[in-house]
Amino acid sequence: MSEMEIRKDTPIDIDEGDSGIVLDDVERGLYDFKDEEREEDFFKVDEGLTEEIVKEISAAKHDPEWMLDFRLKSLEIYNRLKVPVWGPPIDGLDMAKIITYVRPKTDMKADWSEVPEDIKNAFEKLGIPKAERESLAGVGAQYDSELVYHNVREDVAKLGVVYTDMESAITGEYEDLVKKHFMKLVPPTDHKFAALHGAVWSGGSFVYVPKGVKVDIPLQSYFRLNAPGAGQFEHTLIIVEEGADVHFIEGCSAPKYNIANLHAGCVELYVGKNAHLRYSTIENWSKNMYNLNTKRAICEEGGTIEWISGSFGSHESYLYPTSILKGDGSHAEFTGVTFAGKGQNLDTGARMVHIGKNTSSFIDTKSICKSGGISTYRSSVEISSSAEGSKASVNCGSLMLDSISRSDTVPAMEVSTDKADVGHEAKIGKIDDDAVFYLMSRGIREAEARAMIVSGFANPVSKELPLEYAAEMNNLIKLEMEQG
Amino acid sequence: MALLEIKNLTAGIEEGEILHGVNLNVNAGETHVLMGPNGAGKSTLGNVIMGSPAYNITSGSIILDGEDITKLSANERAKRGLFMSFQNPLEVPGLSLEAFLRSAIREQTGKPVRFFQYKKDIEEICKLLDMDESYVERDLNVGFSGGEKKKAEIFQLLMLKPKLAILDETDSGLDVDAVRTVSKGVEHFAKQGGALIVITHSTRILEALKVDHTHVLVKGKIAAEGGADMVDEINANGFEKWVK
Repeated sequence: MSEMEIRKDTPIDIDEGDSGIVLDDVERGLYDFKDEEREEDFFKVDEGLTEEIVKEISAAKHDPEWMLDFRLKSLEIYNRLKVPVWGPPIDGLDMAKIITYVRPKTDMKADWSEVPEDIKNAFEKLGIPKAERESLAGVGAQYDSELVYHNVREDVAKLGVVYTDMESAITGEYEDLVKKHFMKLVPPTDHKFAALHGAVWSGGSFVYVPKGVKVDIPLQSYFRLNAPGAGQFEHTLIIVEEGADVHFIEGCSAPKYNIANLHAGCVELYVGKNAHLRYSTIENWSKNMYNLNTKRAICEEGGTIEWISGSFGSHESYLYPTSILKGDGSHAEFTGVTFAGKGQNLDTGARMVHIGKNTSSFIDTKSICKSGGISTYRSSVEISSSAEGSKASVNCGSLMLDSISRSDTVPAMEVSTDKADVGHEAKIGKIDDDAVFYLMSRGIREAEARAMIVSGFANPVSKELPLEYAAEMNNLIKLEMEQG
Repeated sequence: MALLEIKNLTAGIEEGEILHGVNLNVNAGETHVLMGPNGAGKSTLGNVIMGSPAYNITSGSIILDGEDITKLSANERAKRGLFMSFQNPLEVPGLSLEAFLRSAIREQTGKPVRFFQYKKDIEEICKLLDMDESYVERDLNVGFSGGEKKKAEIFQLLMLKPKLAILDETDSGLDVDAVRTVSKGVEHFAKQGGALIVITHSTRILEALKVDHTHVLVKGKIAAEGGADMVDEINANGFEKWVK
């Protein structure tokens, strides 16, 4: 098991390239504003992503000086790096039009009638309230849940917990704290889209849990409620101090529709000594979306990070939350489910980096594909020579619902010490027709029977979610099952 | 009018026909035994009656309560009162027996499950079958022993209360105690007026039942029919005289 070599082309190995061909070869002005009617939707620029645009973004956000510098440095790196080529092809993402991804008019005036039918139907079936539907589709007024958010925020504030949006955090009293941690775990040099994120990020959540504080209620990200477009390059920064404990939930089951079809968010999680952080996500992007997200956690001595992840929707996804087990005895768990339907190519998994002694990691993933969808499980478990006495276990299962769909497994392991215990188990299977008949023989409709089998397969993930999210996820699976 | 009428049924798989014109009638509340040598098509007949998509019906018909159900899907048949205890119950990870059953009841009745009655039924049936109630919270048949799987089938039978149940070798591979428990459940079902087609190789499961008819299936055809005493005769002499 340990001989398996780490693939040189895994996400983390992207070097800084020095070619900027992708951006420099194209005369973007020609393409960007071809459509006269939509010209007004965007800032007028002659070129791609320029210093001026980044400065504009920065000024609009009232960034402190250091953040502006950071953005400009990121822009420089962005222009030097190449688009990754080891994963699903992203040529549908028109890098020449990067400006349209970066700067859609903040008050997007998409028309409800232009929102794709499948998304409208999904809102209907998931029971999303009308007001919220329009906000999620980026066509209406903001869904007014500010009050709920404020109440939660005030409750936890009594415990000394900071729970706010990134913009407030960066300009307020926590500026130094943010500065110390912002994109230190995911540096802009990490890959091209991390650099892009560094240059143009906007929105997201900041959470700080002081030493010893245990937060009983899960904190839920409200980026679904933010201004349209803010869910595109949002930054989440969570710092959990020694002995503290918190559960953070990101996203929701409703498909998030965005005219600009690139999502390059960034999540950085700092888990202190003996602290515990659970980070749960349900993502359901509209099916035109390129979801190129970067999530990373670092654990100090005895700290625990638990990832619960449900990945739905998007046209293509690259998603491999990383846990860096720096402190001795730290622990990471990743539990994830991915559902790839028609026209989708989802490349998901996790990365575990063992550095401290006696660290342990556990990966349990389920991927489901149907109607020609491609689901690739990709993981990397690295145990460095310093990580004596460490344990790692990888368990990945795939379920193919028909013969035209595809499921791949690319687990990499790099073990640099003899004193480690590493295990891997992969199972790829098809939905069992006999099991479908068995359920049907009790009166259950065929579609329902299949959905029950698939939900059961995904149960290791849903059972880790709070009840209402688990119910949402099961509804989502049913919905995906019904779609062609 | 018979509860179940099987008329000149031929069915098989792509590779060939297995049932060559089977006729069988079951009246409400009757207990029928279906016996026959290995490979005669007993399980196929059970599966075809239940509506398994693994088999094609090429001619003949299946009538339940006067309604032709030959073309109906398995779930529609179940709704009309058919049930089969599987020879090899399938495992479904992540789906609890209880959640499964609740969905089944809801689908069959078209109404939400009445919680207190439902809980009470579970309690009583678990007691009857000597089953720990915690079983119902476990994933459907996952990690169940052979005996536990068969008990779980009978548990479902008693919860769903069909008009007619096919028991496909429910007693095979069980120890004496397990057969006794399973029999108790089946007897309870029969006493409440449920009709049965019992596919079996042994007589142990029949001891507690009052058998009305015996059918001998040989090479996809009913080769002989008789009463309860026929079971003993087969036990003594085997199927030799029908296998030419």
